[in-house]
Amino acid sequence: MNLRDVQQLLKAQVLAGDDLLDQIEIKMACGSDLISDVLAFTKEKALLLTGLTNPQIIRTAEMIELSGIVFVRGKMPGDDVIKLAKEHRLPLLLTTLPLYETCGILYSAGLKGCSELDTVARG
Amino acid sequence: MILEIPVESYNFSAAGEAASRVKKTLQRLGIDSQLIRRVAIATYEAEMNIVIHSDGGKIILQVDEEEIKVQAIDQGKGIADLELAMKEGYSTAPDEVREMGFGAGMGLPNMKKCADRLEIKSVVNEGTTVVMGFKNQS
Ligand SMILES: Nc1ncnc2c1ncn2[C@@H]1O[C@H](COP(=O)(O)OP(=O)(O)OP(=O)(O)O)[C@@H](O)[C@H]1O
Ligand SMILES: [Mg+2]
Repeated sequence: MNLRDVQQLLKAQVLAGDDLLDQIEIKMACGSDLISDVLAFTKEKALLLTGLTNPQIIRTAEMIELSGIVFVRGKMPGDDVIKLAKEHRLPLLLTTLPLYETCGILYSAGLKGCSELDTVARG
Repeated sequence: MILEIPVESYNFSAAGEAASRVKKTLQRLGIDSQLIRRVAIATYEAEMNIVIHSDGGKIILQVDEEEIKVQAIDQGKGIADLELAMKEGYSTAPDEVREMGFGAGMGLPNMKKCADRLEIKSVVNEGTTVVMGFKNQS
C-alpha cells in the first residue's frame, strides 16, 4: 500500500508531504512511544505510528530513514515539528485513533510489522 | 578526516544535530548505507546521553581506511556502575525526558549492538568517554 491508502484507512489529516503520499510505497510499520525502541527495531523505509510529537521524533526519523510518521490519539505536533518534517521531505499524518486501533487497521489491511520482513538485519 | 561537534546539555532543539552531521559527512564520503545507518543510530544514542545525562560535551568523528571512530566525550556526573548502566531497561532519566520518549534504558545496549567495538570510561563527578569503532568496509 502507499501512504495515500494509509491516510484513507485511518481517515487521517495530512500535516506534511501531501504531494508525496501517492508515490511512497509502504511495506512495513512499527508502533512505539519509545525512541530507543524505534531506533533498535524499526527498519529502513518503515512507517512509524507514535504518540510522540516532539522534534526528536523527526531527528529519529532522519537517522533511520523512515518513510513517514502517523501521529495517533489526535496529538497535534507543534509548528516547529511540521516545519522540520517539511525540510526533510518527511510526510506526517494525524489520526484521532489510539495507537492500538491504528496498528490494527493497518495490519488487517495487510501491512506487516518490522520483525516480519527480512531485510539486511544485524543481530 | 576528523570532525568535532560540540553538544549542549539539555538543549533539546539542537539535540540530534551532531548525529545528523556525522551521517551527512559519511554520506558525502560514499560509505555503505547500512554501515552509515549503524553509525547514525549509535551516534544519536551517544549524543542524547550527553544531552540528557551530562553537563555537555562533544562528538568526534574520525574516518580512516580501517575504521570509522565516533567518540562521545562529556563532563558531568559520570556513570558509577557501568555494568548496571549497560543493562537493558536500566535508566535514571527524569520524568520530563521520559515524556519525550527517552529513558527506555536501551541507548547503551543499542550502541553496543550497532558498533563493532565499544569502550566506556567514566569517572564519577568528572565525566564519561564513549568510544565506538565501526569497521570501514570500503
Ligand atoms: N554520558 C553519561 N553520563 C552520565 N550517565 C550516563 C551517561 N550515559 C548513560 N548514563 C547512565 O546510564 C543509564 C543508561 O543509559 P542508556 O542510554 O542505556 O538509557 P537511557 O539514556 O536512560 O534511556 P534511552 O537511551 O533508552 O532513552 C542512564 O539512565 C544514565 O543513568
Ligand atoms: Mg540513552
